[in-house]
Amino acid sequence: MASLWFCIVAVMVATYVVLDGFDLGAGAIYLIAAKTNDERRRVLRSIGPVWDGNEVWLLAAGGVLYFAFPQLYASSFSGFYLPLTIVLWLLILRAIGIEFRTHIEGPVWQDFFDTIFSVSSILLAVFFGAALGNVVRGVPLDATGYFFEPLWTDFKLGEQTGILDWYTVLIGVVALVTLTAHGSYYVALKTDEDLGRRARGLALLCWPVQFFLTCVSLVATYFIRPEIMANYGKHTVGVLVPIVVFASLAVMLWANPKGKEKLAFVASSLYVTFMLVGAAFALYPVVLPARDHRYDLTIYNTAAGSHGLSVGLVWWTLGAALATTYFTFVYRKFRGKVGLGEGHY
Amino acid sequence: MDSALFVHRLHFAFTATFHYLFPQLTMGLALLIVVLKTIGLRRNDPVYHEAARFWGKIFGINFVLGVVTGIPMEFQFGTNWSIFSRFAGGVIGQTLAMEGMFAFFLESAFLGLFLYGEKRLSPKAHWLSAVAVFVGSWLSGYFIIATDAFMQHPVGYFKAADGSLQLASFWDFVLNPWAGWQYAHNMSGAAITGAFIMTSVGAFYLLSGKWTTHARIFVKAGVIAGCVFSVLQIFPTGDRQGKMVTDLQPVTLAAMEGLFQSQPGAPLVLVGQPNEEQGKIDNPIEVPKMLSMVTYRRWNANVRGLDAFPKTNWPGNIPLLYYSYHIMVGLGTFFVAVMVIALLLLWRGWLFEAKWMLWILMLAAPFPYIANTAGWMTAELGRQPWLVYGLMRTEDGYSKAVSAGNGMFTLLGFMGIYMVLGILGLFLLRREIEHGPVTGPAPEAR
Repeated sequence: MASLWFCIVAVMVATYVVLDGFDLGAGAIYLIAAKTNDERRRVLRSIGPVWDGNEVWLLAAGGVLYFAFPQLYASSFSGFYLPLTIVLWLLILRAIGIEFRTHIEGPVWQDFFDTIFSVSSILLAVFFGAALGNVVRGVPLDATGYFFEPLWTDFKLGEQTGILDWYTVLIGVVALVTLTAHGSYYVALKTDEDLGRRARGLALLCWPVQFFLTCVSLVATYFIRPEIMANYGKHTVGVLVPIVVFASLAVMLWANPKGKEKLAFVASSLYVTFMLVGAAFALYPVVLPARDHRYDLTIYNTAAGSHGLSVGLVWWTLGAALATTYFTFVYRKFRGKVGLGEGHY
Repeated sequence: MDSALFVHRLHFAFTATFHYLFPQLTMGLALLIVVLKTIGLRRNDPVYHEAARFWGKIFGINFVLGVVTGIPMEFQFGTNWSIFSRFAGGVIGQTLAMEGMFAFFLESAFLGLFLYGEKRLSPKAHWLSAVAVFVGSWLSGYFIIATDAFMQHPVGYFKAADGSLQLASFWDFVLNPWAGWQYAHNMSGAAITGAFIMTSVGAFYLLSGKWTTHARIFVKAGVIAGCVFSVLQIFPTGDRQGKMVTDLQPVTLAAMEGLFQSQPGAPLVLVGQPNEEQGKIDNPIEVPKMLSMVTYRRWNANVRGLDAFPKTNWPGNIPLLYYSYHIMVGLGTFFVAVMVIALLLLWRGWLFEAKWMLWILMLAAPFPYIANTAGWMTAELGRQPWLVYGLMRTEDGYSKAVSAGNGMFTLLGFMGIYMVLGILGLFLLRREIEHGPVTGPAPEAR
């Protein structure tokens, strides 16, 4: 039962990263790709009706994590106190940048909101990557089952680690590049003319960096935690992960210049999903590794009671089916390239 | 008081209080927008659709502020109250996760359609998206109230071997009797905020002689809804909530009412200052025997005062609890008075000309916010010293791993950001109100 909930949380997190990832990425390229006010409005329109719903996946994943693994939620949220709070501040600023721009005309206000939106999107991508890096690297949990990390210590992987060290910063940069590419593919898919061309160009520019960083991050992860390969050794199905990751990279490179925007975006989504699946696969059944492995948090010592988990399965299935229906409906309603006719933003 | 405990309590209290300024209007307006859309659809009257669109814009601004201040609430259970989350997560995780799965997805998906999809949807589908937003926001309210109800009156749980609480019965927990009345009372409070704001903007337009056709609709809808919900707020919802506190949290009742000594035929204090040192109310204005009547329905019933309970179980801040409760009740009574008079004037057809009443309605806008805030303070200060009533004390639930200094850092950060949000929000609302319900030609003449 706990394993099933591990998969559910992993799927919800991956859904969040794929969906909110493209609007974070759109924010990252926003100031460069969209030059004029009209172009900026078109980028906002392409994410406008969906970004809030995408972000709900983060909230819902957080809620389900709380419900299924209360001990993990308690330890990780209090241990990652500072970065999580900063993430909250960035989410607040970003939402304002998107939503309030339309209510105030005037170039000064628009520049203000544009900058807030783009900078907070970039920083969020880095922070989410660094968070993943922390989970893979392990945190200084002790016998109480709690820990606290300052934002940084000496950027080395010593006893008392900080949120940011060379490894987590590296993963943060990987995340930024990945989501920038992901957002570029999305903007290319949803817009045309100069804007669409610039987005395609940016995606092309990201590709070699993304490829290089993917390789570097895999090597670095193996270097800091060789035991991460254990699950891959035990279950050969794991070999699918690197295959899909590199295949989707190849598809992106091929589809983008050919103007197959949908295919490129799907490939990028697959890449994001399988990078996360790969991490989850390697960690299982650990959910938050400790620097000292005696104190690892696993699905077994953090899960809620079994009756609660069984009940949850009933309503979760119903809720997920409803959510999928809404999302399909909304994305269909707002499908196609965006113009500047009626509507907001 | 332990300084880390104080910082974590203030952190939650500040962010929750600021957050709830927005959802109360979201939930209240969602209901009124559905009413406007329904009338517009049935009468095929464009003015009602314009009215709904105008309130949709205000709703949109308010909704964004509610969402961005709401996300930190879910996070704070883990960041600032991790020991509590570990203790009670096996139970309250259910409702918090369900809020995401059932309410947030529904709300966020259909809000976009409601705000930006009017031309892409048929009128019926657009009406349906307004209903979906309403249902989502009201469902969200229920999940939060059910979570709070567990903290006020824990049911449906068992204590596991490791000391944590786990779910024993889903339905007992979700249909907590405390949640039912608290939900009704809270939602009625939200509807009052929505009604007073709508009335206030309408009164402002009428007094300034602008958009009078729309303004009359606002005032009419607001006054009718305001009257209905102001009455419901006191009876039965407030009355039943009081009865629950009497039965299940008698020490809280004593502190709220400022009753220091147990006595038969206890008086109801209307005004006065609690004097904890001497165990009495200073300068009291009281109604004799009334407290016995409202709590036990008998004039001479014995009501237990604070002296009947050990001091360690008294709510920590009795004066603040007492004042919150009295402000809530006082304002609730004022709402009934204002709205009943306004409804009479409306019924006689005098309201739109009665400038004095329009002035009162316009200026009354802030008071529902104060009353709702005071109500929540009554509920949560009244729960003290417990975090989960009878099971975990507040001082045992905060994140021991997060120092007071780190807590203060983020508290100050939130204060700064929320100040900016508050100013921006007011500025944008003013712009929308200035802009009016219809674009294009100058506002109608008087």
